[in-house]
Amino acid sequence: MIPLKAFEKLSAYEWRLPLGFRRDMRVPVRFFATQGLLEHALQDASVEQALNASTLPGVLGEVLVMPDVHQGYGFPIGGVAAMSYPDGVISPGAIGYDINCGVRLLSTNLLLEEVQPHLPQLAEALNRACPSGVGKGGGMKLSESELRQVCAQGAKWTKKQGFASETDVLLTEEEGCLTGADPDQLSERAIERGRTQLGTLGSGNHFMEVSLIEEVFDEEAARVMGLYEGCLTVMIHCGSRGLGHQVCSDHVRLLQGVPARYGIELPDRELVCAPLDSKEGQHYLAAMNAAANFAFANRQVLTAQAREAFEQVLAGKVPDWHLRQVYDIAHNMGKLEEHSFDGKLRKVCVHRKGATRAFGPGMPGVPQRYQKTGQPVLVPGSMGTASWVLVGTEESMARSLGSCCHGAGRLMSRSKAKKQVRGEDLRRELAEQGILLKAGSLSGLAEEAPQAYKDVDEVVETVSGAGIARKVARLRPVLVIKG
Amino acid sequence: MAHTADWALKVWAPDLGGLFIQAAQGMYALMGVELEETPCVERTIALTGQDAEDMLVGFLEELLYQAEIHGEGYRSFDVRFEEQQLTAVLCAVPVRGQGKEIKAVTYHGLKIMEAPQGLETVIVFDV
Repeated sequence: MIPLKAFEKLSAYEWRLPLGFRRDMRVPVRFFATQGLLEHALQDASVEQALNASTLPGVLGEVLVMPDVHQGYGFPIGGVAAMSYPDGVISPGAIGYDINCGVRLLSTNLLLEEVQPHLPQLAEALNRACPSGVGKGGGMKLSESELRQVCAQGAKWTKKQGFASETDVLLTEEEGCLTGADPDQLSERAIERGRTQLGTLGSGNHFMEVSLIEEVFDEEAARVMGLYEGCLTVMIHCGSRGLGHQVCSDHVRLLQGVPARYGIELPDRELVCAPLDSKEGQHYLAAMNAAANFAFANRQVLTAQAREAFEQVLAGKVPDWHLRQVYDIAHNMGKLEEHSFDGKLRKVCVHRKGATRAFGPGMPGVPQRYQKTGQPVLVPGSMGTASWVLVGTEESMARSLGSCCHGAGRLMSRSKAKKQVRGEDLRRELAEQGILLKAGSLSGLAEEAPQAYKDVDEVVETVSGAGIARKVARLRPVLVIKG
Repeated sequence: MAHTADWALKVWAPDLGGLFIQAAQGMYALMGVELEETPCVERTIALTGQDAEDMLVGFLEELLYQAEIHGEGYRSFDVRFEEQQLTAVLCAVPVRGQGKEIKAVTYHGLKIMEAPQGLETVIVFDV
């Protein structure tokens, strides 16, 4: 294990492994972490994976590691790396199997006390409206042609179908549609898997959550987002479902043997890659963008379904039951962006795996509404703990490639969590804390127990202490729907 | 096996075909797959790979796909290899139920090694 003393301590929240720490590094690795969180990271393969990422051809600046880091495959979850465009590489493993797994936040004018009597009914309605858990479908049934349109147009397709307003689309990262998506680069299997899954949550750590805004830290930013202390919000966490998983699996397999053709040696097979300007690299980028658009559309359809559920249960019982878009962000993505390296602006492909874009005020790509505040950054915690709303800062552009953490980060393996926690006990404990839970699987629930995750407050303290994000509001869950 | 974010499965067998079968059955066990008790239908899968590990990933992904899209599982397997080609004759039955979802089979740390029991490997699944 790498000793702590090998790290250069830059501040209470930043550490670095310098170039030369390992012979094959091309760039240093910077960690945003408290000492405690860094010590957690040293318990699994996270740090080694970050070092492996620093060997990829075309990597620029520094590989960055967020405080919610944990071991992934090839690339750590919580890792960020920028590859020179067009000659650097693109790596599916550095983006993740669940392409455009991300989070959407919706605000309301609802107070907890006016919704409390209806929570069980709301839970049932949301559970029915937003299929979760294991299953080959449960979502909309699309023709192949319709699915291709979804993958080409993303959230814009959902607007044409009446599932989204103009505001919903404008307040989604990339306005819910990445250009350069090519559905023709999707395999038949990816298409087949996506055709029945639009409008579904999936399982694992995906969820829909109704939360109370417990504390506001930045009144002005919260006001701009429509967030008020004491009001409820809805958060949706899910991604591209089987379609995205298939795209990543397809390309991780297709790319085996490709790096050698370009003279690239890899320390880990899951970092398989190709130059961005190669045929293979372009095919993956186009397929990834298509899968990302599916995920944006998926979260939009789930939003429409959640809105129907709220109306069904609350119309006539409360003055205003509407859900309003705050923002929708991706935390598994490869994006073509411009960033400054040694004072020079360069076009790069920023790989974020378990990390969120966190653009600061005035940046292109940030919606007009958030130009003064900076882009909202949505950080879900584990069940029974808090979630956070932050904003990106100018510092994040300068020091973290406009990136931030994405959640609490796992601490404990799923098998260990299941041994330590009984799903039924957990459900009861959460109920005692005032959290109503609908879960498809009790053992799946145990795997997602709060003690299996890091302290999200410490994660947020780290990014705000480091200056790469600013706190806006802390949310406490009152209702959780899980697969 | 403990693995921070996902599931890791250690399998061993006297030979490569047996290892693939153990991996398939182990994956089904992790997923909680229940198969119908009906007469089976013979199916054949053929795939190629860069090496044995690559074929193992391809084989398990095929099983995941068949379960998800066609609701089909396999009660028995006859797996054979010829250089970089795998051919498996499978006894197919409907999947009655499944407790958990596996997103993907990863190459993370995947290495088939000689062991006292013959061959062993650890497969990490993304969930």
